[in-house]
Amino acid sequence: MDLYNLTISEAHRLLKNKEIDSTELTRAVLGRIAAVDGRIDAFLTVTAEEALAQAGAADRSIAAGTCGPLTGIPVALKDVICTQGVRTTCGSKILSPFIPPYDATVVARLKQAGAVIVGKLNMDEFAMGSSTENSGFKITRNPWDLARIPGGSSGGSAAAVAAGMCLGALGSDTGGSIRQPASHCGVVGIKPTYGRVSRYGLVAYASSLDQIGPLTRSVADAAIVLNGIAGHDPADSTSVPLGVPDYTAALGMSMKGVRIGIPREYAASEGLDPEVLAAVEGAVGTLKSLGAECVDISLPHTKYAVAVYYVIAPCEASSNLARYDGVKYGFRADDGADLIHMYRRTRSQGFGTEVQRRIIIGTYCLSAGYYDAYYGKASQVRTLIVADFKKAFEVCDVIACPTAPTPAFRIGEKIDDPLTMYLSDIFTISANLAGIPALSVPCGFSAAGLPIGLQLLGNHFGEEMILRVAHQFEQAKGLFKERPVLT
Amino acid sequence: MKITKEEILHVAHLARLEIDESAVERFAGQIGDILAYVDQLKQVDTAGVRPTSHALALTNAFRDDVETRHLPRENSLANAPQQEDGNFLVPKVVG
Repeated sequence: MDLYNLTISEAHRLLKNKEIDSTELTRAVLGRIAAVDGRIDAFLTVTAEEALAQAGAADRSIAAGTCGPLTGIPVALKDVICTQGVRTTCGSKILSPFIPPYDATVVARLKQAGAVIVGKLNMDEFAMGSSTENSGFKITRNPWDLARIPGGSSGGSAAAVAAGMCLGALGSDTGGSIRQPASHCGVVGIKPTYGRVSRYGLVAYASSLDQIGPLTRSVADAAIVLNGIAGHDPADSTSVPLGVPDYTAALGMSMKGVRIGIPREYAASEGLDPEVLAAVEGAVGTLKSLGAECVDISLPHTKYAVAVYYVIAPCEASSNLARYDGVKYGFRADDGADLIHMYRRTRSQGFGTEVQRRIIIGTYCLSAGYYDAYYGKASQVRTLIVADFKKAFEVCDVIACPTAPTPAFRIGEKIDDPLTMYLSDIFTISANLAGIPALSVPCGFSAAGLPIGLQLLGNHFGEEMILRVAHQFEQAKGLFKERPVLT
Repeated sequence: MKITKEEILHVAHLARLEIDESAVERFAGQIGDILAYVDQLKQVDTAGVRPTSHALALTNAFRDDVETRHLPRENSLANAPQQEDGNFLVPKVVG
């Protein structure tokens, strides 16, 4: 048995029954990283020593009779999440020397729950990208086909989970950055409702859209990790003071009477690959056979979601990224003659091309004379997108659609054409604009053997419903047992 | 949407970025394409529509005005590229 391929639920059962210990499990995962990450390049930092110390502590806790669902489970973190004493780069040269003085709330909660953190994962710089090619350090490869992208921006997280280099990972999702790589790597990924999970210690990209969530090999595992990280945090003023249900509790409930909304606009979307459409239609058929009822819905304004996003996200980013000035932390360029020159050199040398492009778009859209035409207009259309979902959820419980319009594309294929790259987020972005929860669950493979994801969107704080539908689907299909072959 | 090289240079200055001469033209083209795509928003009738800045109806979150624990100064300064006497050190600001 390859311990590194266990799901979190399976590993928990073995740990609890003392059939394995966390040290052995953690060694297996570290061994797997050493064996295959040279080809995948998912990790920016491997914290082997700390991980083994945490595993030892977990083993002592288990011996003393405490074995929570995450005790002794090896997980990894997208490098956008601050870890005290462990370098956190956000995939950017400008943060390459940064050692956070505190843990993000999600990290503190994982540690509290006894999880073992094996390292920090590659990503598009500042989470800006759909392929992980925008990392300031290296390109991560898709474990199903090393010539292809793993998706992005949480590409390192998805690739690491798919390749057995951790049992679960955290990513962040601003426009699809958890769901799209999950779809491309054949794993489960959930973006919770805005405000469900604390953003304290998450390096900010677009603050009204960013949300942290888990990537795992099964839906039940996603529910377990979400249980560990969700909940109000006084340190994040946008986190919501609502109780958190046990997300594993409702997974087994039947699909009878669940209403699945099918957006009539989506099947005709330009650029939707026929294989993806067929796999998603097949998945909807499976949900029907389990007792769900399909409802025709309309989301007429979601066709504007990409345009709205590529105003709002760069505007927020241009403001958030103003803090990288070479003064308080991170990289500083040499020989700035005065303060302004130092700022300009630091930022130009420290930020990569895509980040600079988005800062310029955002600064342009917010500058005098353009604010109303761009930011103001986009914020109004955002209201109409929110209203579309509100109306849809009056007649359905869950919305089903593709996660990504195509399977994973080739490395280099879209890198010189940012607009085409942006359109790969066409199905995921609207959930961030509306703040609703959404997940991706594997639903099939293309003829070339590339994973395809089904996206399920729920109403605000409706994580239980989408997890339940995804779990029922996964149980019926059993797809999550598939693993990429890395010889 | 046509964006000129001068506009890119002006905005880059506002954003404290120094764009290479060779990159300015490429940026102008790409950003022009993106803004042309964004221009489809003009087709949407938004008369009287309230803008959304946050998806949830959040209001300011206040806490009690009592002293709480914060990072010690040396931890806050630990990542500074340059520091002196407990302060961040920057290049000359005025001549």
